Parts: sequence; structure tokens; C-alpha cells
Amino acid sequence: MNGLRPDLAIIAREVKAGSRALDVGCGDGALLAALRDQKQVDARGMELNRDNVAACVARGLSVIQGNADTDLSDYPDASFDYAILSQTLQTTARPDLVLDQLLRIGRQAFVSFPNFAQWRIRWALMFGGTMPVTKQLPDRWYDTPNIHHVTIDDFRSFIAERGVRIDGQWFLRGEKLISAGAANLRAQHAVFLLSR
Amino acid sequence: MSDDQRFGLNRKISLSGPLALDGGGRLAPVEIAYETYGTLNADASNAILLCHALTGDQHVASNHPITGKPGWWTRMVGPGCPVDTDRFFVVCPNVIGSCMGSSGPESPATDGAPFAMRFPVITIRDMVCAQAMLLDHLGIGRLYAVVGGSMGGMQALTWAATYPTRVASAVVIASTARHSAQNIAFHEVGRQAIMADPNWRGGDYYHDGKTPDAGLAVARMAAHITYLSEQGLTEKFGRRLQDRKAKTFGFDADFQVESYLRYQGLTFTDRFDANSYLYITRAMDYFDLAEEHGGHLANAFRGAGTRFCLVSFDTDWLYPTSESKNIVHALNAAGAPVSFVELSAPFGHDSFLLDVPELNRVVDGFLKAGGQ
Repeated sequence: MNGLRPDLAIIAREVKAGSRALDVGCGDGALLAALRDQKQVDARGMELNRDNVAACVARGLSVIQGNADTDLSDYPDASFDYAILSQTLQTTARPDLVLDQLLRIGRQAFVSFPNFAQWRIRWALMFGGTMPVTKQLPDRWYDTPNIHHVTIDDFRSFIAERGVRIDGQWFLRGEKLISAGAANLRAQHAVFLLSR
Repeated sequence: MSDDQRFGLNRKISLSGPLALDGGGRLAPVEIAYETYGTLNADASNAILLCHALTGDQHVASNHPITGKPGWWTRMVGPGCPVDTDRFFVVCPNVIGSCMGSSGPESPATDGAPFAMRFPVITIRDMVCAQAMLLDHLGIGRLYAVVGGSMGGMQALTWAATYPTRVASAVVIASTARHSAQNIAFHEVGRQAIMADPNWRGGDYYHDGKTPDAGLAVARMAAHITYLSEQGLTEKFGRRLQDRKAKTFGFDADFQVESYLRYQGLTFTDRFDANSYLYITRAMDYFDLAEEHGGHLANAFRGAGTRFCLVSFDTDWLYPTSESKNIVHALNAAGAPVSFVELSAPFGHDSFLLDVPELNRVVDGFLKAGGQ
């Protein structure tokens, strides 16, 4: 899975060959193309940005222009083996409702997000006194698409409250996989595999 | 292949039929004027059917015999274009009901006189079934793709719903799965304009050269407005005056937009038959793909093996993006592979015929992926 963003590389590695997957917020289609070409996955995508959608379709991918907050209800129950939401949860208006939809559409759901409790971010906020701008979260407070910042501990309690099962979890510092120990402090990104 | 009389420009075939029509009647013989481009490969697996819009014709990439203008989709169809005639065998038939050589109100009935209003009312599906007869004649079982914009998109959808095993991919541009009340309303204005023309005479006007041009021109003017965006009209004409410095306080075409519309109406009557306009607009108004499938559009596509690509334009208010999304919703519910994008273009509904490079890239990528 060369060239994929680290969280996408994890997802691409874990998805079973020949399965059906929906990538919500698929961007330029990098994950879809990898799943299709390397694992013969029936991979579909949804993406908000029109230029990204056009680029995906021009690459021969099945992608529809749509909004995770409003358009997931179009899909029937359990119509995919996996519903994938990579670095998109924190940009949705209602992450709770989006998660419900993911677990309705997919038998399992991959969710990846940047961890807002990583120590550098804590440091920047504590000693800088300003909203952190980091390599992982490069936008400023007024132009960031990330309207629901979330930490790994927030996410864990969020899914525990909903009775959602964790089937797998991976933590990243840069491109490196790290252990789950103190992940909330150490990890820049988290990837969860969930099911009901 | 090259000496096969079935292939080439300006072809016409009379198929014995009969074609059983949705309205209950039968059409026999079924005459179809069509053009083909490119070469059909040995296993007939590279055929693309191109479906034209309301006032379009078979001259998709060849000069129009009356106007002398280049084909209506030379941007999309030709060597090296998205519908690449070096790779694909392209068939573009004139729909039945039209006036460019296929069976229509101008065709002779059994008594030798033109059908006129005795021609049966037809549907989009009737047009598609006639095309299927043509493909049988050409030796094409399964289409690599069916491609169409506007009414051509309705035909592409109907193809996938009617002959799911014969269509590998469908490209549906600036189209809809049903005509809305507003769509029907605009068409009714056009039809009433034609019928109110004293030359129309119940449709019997073929014998003396006095055709209902005034009515047909008004119909075209009203329809033409729906093909453009307000922004497009404003940019092109604004309130500018036509070849004059001041308003005349009369009813000449003072404004450029008036002059433009009158010209559009006038030139249209040179190349189109008023009765055909009645029949084809009726077929479009009757179109409601969900209605034909128990009220659920998804049922139209259940079990279909067809890949779909839908494109809408942000300034198209005739068949707005919401109509395409309605189709996408149904295709998702049916589990069909579907791509959809709303492109940004200033030209309104007509964007599908005009210079929108992104449209070409999308269609090109989608068609290429169909061969994988």
C-alpha cells in the first residue's frame, strides 16, 4: 500500500480482499483505488468536494458527490462490509448521527481521526495559550474544517455509551504505529474498527 | 466492414416490426435513420449508443444536412474524444417521432399521405425499443455504453431499466427520471403555441407548404429560455439594445435578448417539424420511470448489472441537481455501481453541449474504466 496516508494504509491492509466498502469522504480516491487494484474490493466513495469527485470519476472510481451529514441515509442497511470514515468525523455537523449511519450501512466501520489530546497539542494550548496549529492540524481556528475536535479518550467513552464494539484499534505517531499505552497522550492519529 | 451497407453516415433502415407501443398501438414498418462512426470489433463488444435530445438528431459528429453546421456533440464524439471513435463503434439513431428520417408524423401512412396527427403517441420506452431493433439489425447484443444528455439521458436510463443485460455502462447527463409539473407546463406552452397557429390545421399542413412556423418558433423561444441560466442571459445580453441607441417605444426587438430569441425561433423552423415537436414533447412529459415500476424508482434498476455515471450542472434549472440526486438515491438503494457529480458551468441546461472540460474528463474516465 505504498504512498497511502498512514491511517489509510492501515485500513487498506485490514480490509478483506473481495469485500464491499464505502469510503465516506474519500478525497481524491487514493484508498478506493488501492482497495480496488490491490484487493479486488468493490469500493465506492462519497465526497463533498466537487473537484475531488470529478477527479475520482475520471480515475474510473465509483464516487458520488454527497454530504456525510445528510446523504448516508440513501444507503440500505448492511449494504457494505465496511463503511470507512477517515479523518472526516471531526468535520461533520453531527458525528454521533454519522457514526450511527456508518454502523447501519456497514457490517463494520473504520473510523480514523486526529487526536486532539496528543501532548504537543496540549503543550501548545497550555503554554502558547492559542489554538494549536500543528503539522497534523494545520488550519487556524477560524478556517479549520475540523469543527468537532475529539480525543482518543473522548472517542472511547463516546462509543462505550453507544454500546459499540471495538474490533480493532491502531495508533500512529507520524507514520509509525505505536502501542496502545497512554495513546491519548502519545498518538497523533487513531484508527478504530467498530461494529454493533 | 467498410463495404457493409449497414455502417456509415446517413444510413436508413426500414425494419418490418411491428413495434408494440406503450400506448397500445403498433408501428410497422419502423424506419430508423442513423449514423455510425468507428469500427465494430469482431465480438461486437465496443459499441456505444448515443441518444439525442428533444431537437437533436443522428448527426452527432457529422455536418447537419440542412444547416451545414458541425454535429451537435463534436466535443464529446470523435477520434481522441471521450467517446473515442478510434476505439469505439458509435451508433446514433434519430428517435422515432422525430423528423430527420425516422418514423414520425411526417412519414407516409398506409394511404400514402403523411401520418400527421394519425401517428401514434409514443413514449421514451418506445423510442428505446425501436433502437433495440436497430441494434439487433446491426448485430450488437450488449452495449459497451449508452450515453445521453437531457432526453438522451432519459433514454439511457430507460435502456438500463428495460434491457439490463444489454447495457454495461450508462452515462446520464443533465437529465431526470420524470418530468415535473414545471417541465410539463413549459412544454404545454410550446404545444399550444403550435396548435394556435392558423397554419397548423389539426396537423394537416404537409401538402401546401404553409407550415405553422410562427407557432413552432414561439415554442422554441419559450423552450430555449429554459435551456439557459439567468446568469448566462445576463452576461450575454443584459439589457443591451439591438443595433440602436434608444428604445423605440414600439414592439420591435429593441433588446438584444429579444432579437436573439427571435433568431433562435426562426432558424429552428428551417430544420424541425412542428408535429414532431408535439409528439416528442408529449413523450417526455409522459416519462416517469418510477411510475412504470410500481412507484419505486429503485425497482427500475434492481438486479441490473449496469454501471452508471450521472452528471448535473449547478446552473441547470430545467433538470436541476436534485433530479439527478433522486436517481442516485434509487441506484444506491438498488445497490448499483454509480458515480455522480454536479459540475459548475455557467450555461444552464445547455452546459452538456458546450465547452465544459470537466465533463469530458469525467465521461472519459468513466468509459475507460468500463473496459477494465
